[in-house]
Amino acid sequence: MAGTNALSDTPLLPEASTLAERVDTLFFTLTGLDALMVLVLSGLIIGFAVYYRRGARVNRTTNVPETKTEIIWSLGLLTIFLDIFVWAAHLYVEEASPPKNALEIHAIGKQWMWKFQHRNGQREINELHVPLGVPVKVVLATQDVIHSFFVPAFRSKQDLVPGRYRTVWFTPSRIGRYHLFCAEYCGLDHSRMRGQVIVMEPAEYEAWLAGESGAESLPAQGEKLFSSLGCIICHGAGSKVAAPSLTGIFGKPVPLTGGQTVVADETYIRDSILTPEKQVVAGYEPIMPSFRGRVDESDLTKLIAYIKSLSREDARP
Amino acid sequence: MTTVGISLRKHYLNHDYSFRSWLTTIDHKRIAWLYLVSITAFFFFGGAAATLIRLELATPAADVVETETYNRLFSLHGIAMVWFFLVPSIPATLGNFLIPLMIGARDVAFPRLNLLSWYLYVIGGSFTLAMAITGGVDTGWTFYTPFSSLFANGQVVLAVVGVIIVGFSSILTGLNFIVTVHKMRAPGLHWTRLPLFVWANYATAIIMVLATPVLAITLLLIALERIFGIGIFDPKVGGDPVLFQHLFWFYSHPAVYIMILPGMGVVSEIITCFARKHIFGYDGMAFALLAIALIGFLVWGHHLFVAGESIYAGVIFSLLSFMVAVPSGIKVFNWAATLYKGSVSFETPMLYALGFVGLFTIGGLTGITVAATAVDVHLHDTYFVIAHFHYIMVGGMVMAYFGGLHFWWPKMTGRMYPDVWGRIAAITIFIGFNLTFFPQFVLGYLGMPRRYHTYPDEFQLLNVLSSAGAPVLALGYLLPLFYLLYSLRWGPVAGPNPWEAKGLEWQTPSPPPEHNFDHLPVVTEEPYAYGLPKRDSDAARG
Repeated sequence: MAGTNALSDTPLLPEASTLAERVDTLFFTLTGLDALMVLVLSGLIIGFAVYYRRGARVNRTTNVPETKTEIIWSLGLLTIFLDIFVWAAHLYVEEASPPKNALEIHAIGKQWMWKFQHRNGQREINELHVPLGVPVKVVLATQDVIHSFFVPAFRSKQDLVPGRYRTVWFTPSRIGRYHLFCAEYCGLDHSRMRGQVIVMEPAEYEAWLAGESGAESLPAQGEKLFSSLGCIICHGAGSKVAAPSLTGIFGKPVPLTGGQTVVADETYIRDSILTPEKQVVAGYEPIMPSFRGRVDESDLTKLIAYIKSLSREDARP
Repeated sequence: MTTVGISLRKHYLNHDYSFRSWLTTIDHKRIAWLYLVSITAFFFFGGAAATLIRLELATPAADVVETETYNRLFSLHGIAMVWFFLVPSIPATLGNFLIPLMIGARDVAFPRLNLLSWYLYVIGGSFTLAMAITGGVDTGWTFYTPFSSLFANGQVVLAVVGVIIVGFSSILTGLNFIVTVHKMRAPGLHWTRLPLFVWANYATAIIMVLATPVLAITLLLIALERIFGIGIFDPKVGGDPVLFQHLFWFYSHPAVYIMILPGMGVVSEIITCFARKHIFGYDGMAFALLAIALIGFLVWGHHLFVAGESIYAGVIFSLLSFMVAVPSGIKVFNWAATLYKGSVSFETPMLYALGFVGLFTIGGLTGITVAATAVDVHLHDTYFVIAHFHYIMVGGMVMAYFGGLHFWWPKMTGRMYPDVWGRIAAITIFIGFNLTFFPQFVLGYLGMPRRYHTYPDEFQLLNVLSSAGAPVLALGYLLPLFYLLYSLRWGPVAGPNPWEAKGLEWQTPSPPPEHNFDHLPVVTEEPYAYGLPKRDSDAARG
């Protein structure tokens, strides 16, 4: 923790992700245009008001074609606006599409703290360690109300919505400690739901990750839950109960009773555990009990990590 | 004796002084006064909450009030200012007073409904006061679920019931305006001759009638969810908390236009009068008002760029938000162009109107900044957004409201106020406003989230600047309270048309007789026919 306290010795708002610089370029271009517009308009208004003040001996003959003038400046504005729109939308879509190889970290927000779990099971509270130069994808879940994951130095923000998983991703580009804020009002201590993101050299990050021993990886913890909760009785290999196999389903389309198809993503698996009757796989009876109340957000994270691992290593049951 | 001239003649103020005559009046002019007094009370109520907020934020730590109290203060500030001041501000006071006068009618179409709408306002306001007295709410004015429906422990039901009731008040006002404008215009007053103030209130009325019911439904669902746990917004039973945001902003974004269009109408009247010139591009100005009102219904999703709507929805809502900015841009350019070749003077109403144009421009341009998706991801829910909408609503609407009040005060009361004090107040408000809110743009860019009771130390300098502006702004708002009240008794008699303005409302005595006009007027000329100086008679608009 020593030596890198960038909260005090960096500029007020550093550009600490690869995206930050690009958002800033757009922001300052817009601000520059705004300033120019304000100067021109106030110049015109003050200029006209003073020059044509009552009693001034000036020529007031006018013959401006009004509609034509209006059309010209509407089209001018429209052109500028469309350019800005395209530029911003391009960046926004990119911001919403994490690269496939991104390092995945799980975040759970609750009134009024942040919990993070790394893939190897390492946990931390109100601090998030991430490696420099590596794309990081944070999967966001909330245990109670809506929160918002906001790291100003990364120019990243994403709301945590109850009942869903949301993701935010960034590639840290500057070593240091940066503010993590909750940006969506979440009750009494909203303004104290703050943390720090600590960007480290990748090697240092690996060392930190391995540092606190005893932790099991997320999929391993999930596998234990899978047994202890009894999931394995129906969903395990060779089970006699008619339940769909979970091997390789993650990320794949699943046909449902009723004819629709859904992609088995984090939210689908979560729903299947908590409200199994909502989306039943075609060809199966709706016999699965709900696990609501028996699993909390971090258990869900572990179970999902385990089911995901089944997709990657086809040898597992 | 200046008082004689007014008191000899019977007019709407002196034909009956009894308390009862006021509470049972169906005269649109008296109802306007009922509203004026009520919304002024809420304005200072909401303003007091804002003062405490700025006082607290002068230091990073919590020192003036408890966090619980702070959260209730900003919620109260928002609820009081949005629904009990800004939404009714210009329509219910100046609109009520002026629309029948401007179109040459004896009253609005449904005078009793008009009185009912004020009583609904008072009942809604009573719920809100009861809510505040019994502990308030800590949900913010936006009531986001599931916090408001399942977690908040304040008087949420009282608060939403108050807002639902006051919503019906604005639906009735809107309905009244639409029918009045359609059916009661004086002979010769074609749609293309309507003053822009009437157009603006007409556009506003459309939004009030179409959007407000959705607010009532949405808030009712919150109450039902709290009381019966029906689960519309609760994911545990299959509900969706983000659905609330869609429904809420489907009303509340158009409501932003309820809170600015009437101001645009006021400013068009003032600028033409003090520039002695017709409005530049009348058709475009009227069309822009309608365009803003209609496109305004299609942009609500720009409040949800990071809240859980799909990125494609985000992109479309961003595009539509840029579209709605075009007619706003036309208006600003046209106001500037109206001054060109005019004969400009700078009485109090004009100072407010020019201040409006400047501040609205900054508010509008920063609106473009937050409509740009990728930039909004960073700025959303920060002080940048707070600064942006205060530039529109306070810098825009409140400036316009004060400008309109000063412009039509002689018509409403028959008295002039001291113009010097009016100008001092206008300039004080302008300076105080910028000092308070400009630093918040910078704070927001630096990342300070809104609704923060405590904040990191590095944000203090800008917060102190902002807090220092607040007393200047407060002083600016208090000044008119004194000199306008003073003018009621000691102000010089204004006469029917002190500004030599056009428009039917200036053709009748000040204050107007009970039935507005002794003889109903017939309109024979274009609006804003300020008769350009001699040499350009050939350039008059066609």
